[in-house]
Amino acid sequence: MTGLRYVYAVCRPLGAPLQAQLTGVGGAPPALLSHRGLIAVVSTVPEADFCEEGLKAHLEDLDWLAATARAHQGVIDALTTVTTPLPLRLATVFRDDSAVRTMMEAREADFLRALERLEGRVEWGVKVFTEPSPEPAEPAGKPDRPTSGRDYLRRRRADTRAHEEGLQAAEAFARSLHERLRAQAEDSRLHPPQNAALSGARGSNVLNAAYLVRRDRSEEFVELVDRTKDEAGGLRVELTGPWAAYSFSGLGEEDARYGVSAGEGR
Amino acid sequence: MTTPAPRSGGFPDPYGHSSGANLADILERVLDKGIVIAGDIRINLLDIELLTVKLRLIVASVDKAKEMGIDWWESDPALSSRARRDELTRENAELRERLARLEELEPGRVRKEAP
Repeated sequence: MTGLRYVYAVCRPLGAPLQAQLTGVGGAPPALLSHRGLIAVVSTVPEADFCEEGLKAHLEDLDWLAATARAHQGVIDALTTVTTPLPLRLATVFRDDSAVRTMMEAREADFLRALERLEGRVEWGVKVFTEPSPEPAEPAGKPDRPTSGRDYLRRRRADTRAHEEGLQAAEAFARSLHERLRAQAEDSRLHPPQNAALSGARGSNVLNAAYLVRRDRSEEFVELVDRTKDEAGGLRVELTGPWAAYSFSGLGEEDARYGVSAGEGR
Repeated sequence: MTTPAPRSGGFPDPYGHSSGANLADILERVLDKGIVIAGDIRINLLDIELLTVKLRLIVASVDKAKEMGIDWWESDPALSSRARRDELTRENAELRERLARLEELEPGRVRKEAP
């Protein structure tokens, strides 16, 4: 069976060994590939699964994608416990070790700069959800049907207004929470709201943010988030992390590309 | 307990494993974030971008999200809703129009108040 080299992350040489039982994508154990003061964390994956056609087909399969994503994140997570990794995007694959080394050499300056910037930092995710509004209680005994068109429209307007006010309140809370957390973080990113089918979360996702926080400030940050949960009223605040600094490690070609297209268009 | 529970209270271990993450949290990071390097298998960028978009669309379409007012990520720094801005613009235009009508109705009074 021919294999390709799957690269999870680039980091500085580890001060402590990776956990012995760790497995990566497809169950293979990750290995460390050292090159000029940096290491790439790699494992061997079957070419059939990760060649262009194979990968394209697999990416349409949510179960395969979920398993691969979890395996990828599992390795990044293990690395995060012993170092500050630069996580690569899912399915970054090379022919062999020598191709990985070539890439490391070509991007060496970028990697070193990013590692310098992120050293000792982790990412925390904070999401705010509205709690789904309960169905309005029907007054017992009375038929709750609109008696006229005007009545119906009035009711619809009232419902719409209540819904809008709820969303405005949620947005105001999300905004003030984001400002407070941002003040405690070195950097922050706002992500698009999450898909409820994937997250399994109830309600609308009105804030989905990531904060870059120093490890030694993380306890304070988490306590701050916990305190705001009490002020959230009918909203739900969820904290995830610590993550490797996924949302803050961007560098290179893609960012340059986005930099052009993400500007205010006309 | 077999499913990861959302973190509640207690001290975080800054070197510990990330907790409370669901599949959407993981996918949005491993597909959408992280360093992009063109590997030897050149599928990555477009297909993965497309996939990310698809994953988001499974339930809430972008239009639906906008309809619900969840569009403020589009103007990241200001955190301001485009819908709200449009609303303000519309309201502003309405007020100007009303003011113009009032001025037409009472030209004398407006002139009197002018310096």
